[in-house]
Amino acid sequence: MRAPLFLLALAVAAPLTAQTALPPAPYANQQLADPVQERKAHELMLTIRCVTCQSQSIADSDASMAADLRSEIRARIAAGEEPEQIRAWLIERYGAWISYQPTADPITWPLWAAPIALLAGGGALVIGRIRRKRRNA
Amino acid sequence: MKGRWLTWAPLGFFMALALLFAGRLLWPEEHVIPSRMVGKPLPTFSLPAAASDRPALDSRQFATGKPRLLNIFASWCVPCAAEAPQLMALKQAGVPIDGIAIRDARADVDRFLARHGNPFEHIGLDARSSVQLALGSSGVPETFVIGGDGRILHQHIGDIRADDVETILAIWKEAQ
Repeated sequence: MRAPLFLLALAVAAPLTAQTALPPAPYANQQLADPVQERKAHELMLTIRCVTCQSQSIADSDASMAADLRSEIRARIAAGEEPEQIRAWLIERYGAWISYQPTADPITWPLWAAPIALLAGGGALVIGRIRRKRRNA
Repeated sequence: MKGRWLTWAPLGFFMALALLFAGRLLWPEEHVIPSRMVGKPLPTFSLPAAASDRPALDSRQFATGKPRLLNIFASWCVPCAAEAPQLMALKQAGVPIDGIAIRDARADVDRFLARHGNPFEHIGLDARSSVQLALGSSGVPETFVIGGDGRILHQHIGDIRADDVETILAIWKEAQ
């Protein structure tokens, strides 16, 4: 008797974690009518980090703040703004942290230099080996 | 001798990485994202009234020569209820406080203020978080100290605890 009652209670329970009484912003989950604009907006959303759920992009996140930011981005794209302008606007407010697109800031220089350093190191090793082999042969 | 050192180097490198990973897993970094707007002028906005007995909020109400607090809150936010007594204490200390209710409805804001007290002079309704985004704020509650020249002087992230009241009061007094 108890189990079905419990299941029924689960089925009718309102989610406690609902964050807000408002319906989502107009463009939070609705695409723009123009497919070109929608693609621009979506590509930008994939590279903008959600501020409340910090390991997701706003395209992946269900947080209400991510929904509001999606709507804001779509509205701005529809009004003719370029994705990079919007990214710059967000970076001005939240820092480079908000963007998943790598920057060329000094802090990322070691990262950019790593492949070159590894290639150079590997090359030196190979050349050294070949020379030693030739001498031994 | 040099050869032996090189043999152990990769293991040492691996151990260092493993320690770093384990450390970060055990003590994860608490990531708060401070607003880059601190030090810059308050963005321009004009919000409708969020409560029935408080006027609407306009960014022009800030550059009046006197520093004010701007509290970002919401009726659905639990820590916002927790910081209500601290906001009341700041108000009693003479600090003018304005509020922005995020993603809220007037009836809910009225109920929230009736229950937890109303320290605000003006309350604006930011239904789509657009002012919150313009402020570089990443959640509720947050509190900004706005200088008399309309510049953002300080951002407090999270609820104001009892021992934060003094700090915020000091920053506000210094801005006089």
